[in-house]
Amino acid sequence: MSPRKRQQFVRGGQYVVFAAVVLLVVFAADWSSLRQNFANLDVAGQAFPELITIALKNTVIYTLSAYVVGFVLGLLVALMRLSSIAVYRAVALAYIEVFRGLPALVVFLIFGFGLPVAFPGLTFPFDQYGTVAVALGLVAAAYMAETFRAGIQAVPRGQMEAARSLGMSHTRAMVSIIIPQALRIVIPPLTNELILLFKDSSLVFVLGVTSLTTELSKFGGDLATEHANSTPLVLAGATYLVITLPLGYVVRRLEAKQRKAR
Amino acid sequence: MTAVEIVDLHKSFGDLEVLRGISASVATGEVVCVIGPSGSGKSTLLRCVNLLEQPNSGKIVVNGVEITDRDCDIDGARRRLGMVFQQFNLFQHLTVLDNLTIAQRKVLRRDKAEAERVAMDNLTKVGVADKVRSYPAQLSGGQQQRVAIARALSMGPEVMLFDEPTSALDPELVGEVLGVMRQLADEGMTMLVVTHEMQFAREVADKVLFMDGGVVVEQGPPDQVIGAPQHERTKTFLARVLDPIHRTE
Ligand SMILES: Nc1ncnc2c1ncn2[C@@H]1O[C@H](COP(=O)(O)OP(=O)(O)O)[C@@H](O)[C@H]1O
Ligand SMILES: [Mg+2]
Repeated sequence: MSPRKRQQFVRGGQYVVFAAVVLLVVFAADWSSLRQNFANLDVAGQAFPELITIALKNTVIYTLSAYVVGFVLGLLVALMRLSSIAVYRAVALAYIEVFRGLPALVVFLIFGFGLPVAFPGLTFPFDQYGTVAVALGLVAAAYMAETFRAGIQAVPRGQMEAARSLGMSHTRAMVSIIIPQALRIVIPPLTNELILLFKDSSLVFVLGVTSLTTELSKFGGDLATEHANSTPLVLAGATYLVITLPLGYVVRRLEAKQRKAR
Repeated sequence: MTAVEIVDLHKSFGDLEVLRGISASVATGEVVCVIGPSGSGKSTLLRCVNLLEQPNSGKIVVNGVEITDRDCDIDGARRRLGMVFQQFNLFQHLTVLDNLTIAQRKVLRRDKAEAERVAMDNLTKVGVADKVRSYPAQLSGGQQQRVAIARALSMGPEVMLFDEPTSALDPELVGEVLGVMRQLADEGMTMLVVTHEMQFAREVADKVLFMDGGVVVEQGPPDQVIGAPQHERTKTFLARVLDPIHRTE
């Protein structure tokens, strides 16, 4: 057999294997049971409108509030990381390393159980919402700080020198010249961070949520348990994807545009 | 009157001594060109003059104010010196107009109308007034460098510093930038110019400094330094720069 022929043969074999696996799954699966358990219209009806009006709404609030906290704190930490003052650099580095090293779940557990014991009477504004914004925001800030740092360092040195040569102070040059350009550079990774946060907001359940502060995952899980049926989980999952897939597409488009602009 | 006085300037980067005792002066309204081989410390000298680099020792006096003095307000001193870079360094996220107004507004606290009027005057002067709404990336190198000159002029500097302003340009765009600089010189602007354009130096400079190895080897009127160099190093350098075969080096 010629090498060319053999290659065709191998490729053909790969298609056959794929088709076989698909057929096996299709025939082996119990479709009526699947439909009953994962796409049950009666149970699906029960999920609305709360799936949207409470669960999705809360997930969005948790995500956006944590994102704002992470953005502001992350930018601050990035500037500290690039500071000429050694203490600031050390604090920023420690912060970034600790919060990137810890699972978000552990941070939530500390907020849920550690802090109330350590500081009795400690409360966050807006109750649950405030706690989530801070806990999730702290984690997000560590990642965003590194993104901001990379963005700031990606702005050519000449930009700072030109600004300084016009008499701008270091701070003024940072605010008016460097940071605006850095932000443009980091839009794609920051949008990715938004997607990650959107999913991580599901960790809120460890703080204990009520029927009013519940979010998508917990809502889907609870309803699934109640009806002994997985349809609500499918709905919750689909709701995540409705948000994350378009965002992911936007990120890829932005990245491609930036690559072209180089 | 002396606009810039440089006295025994020393600058090292770690163990590398880049400036080894430079003394020079630029009189008000005078054009001084600095020539010399690459790596001789020309950029470092210019960057020290507007304090983008801190000299290790020596003194720099601009119109009677010692800017190397510890108590001197660095941002205030820089405002009085315009700087034009080899790589233009226009603010990429701002339009041409905003490039010219941002420092006027944030540093000089001029109001919007005033800043825009000054900007338009200077853009007209350098011949790119039709590009006010463009972003730097949409301009040719020659246009970008002329905008950069206009940006520096908009701050009303007492002295203009140029660091090889035409070295990053395609050959056919060099003339338009040199033309603007020539015009500035004619208007009496005090200028300190690092350049490899010998023709420009001969025609426009009042004084030429030849630097090599971190010292000023020779200085004087262009006809003397470029036309009849005394030192061996100057002769070697000029032979290399002026020899058409090696021109592209
Ligand atoms: N920031 C810096 N750190 C270390 N070395 C530098 C720095 N800037 C310039 N140098 C060195 O100083 C010498 C003179 O550089 P420069 O002033 O740019 O020369 P020129 O402009 O005449 O080509 C070179 O050897 C260069 O490598
Ligand atoms: Mg140089």
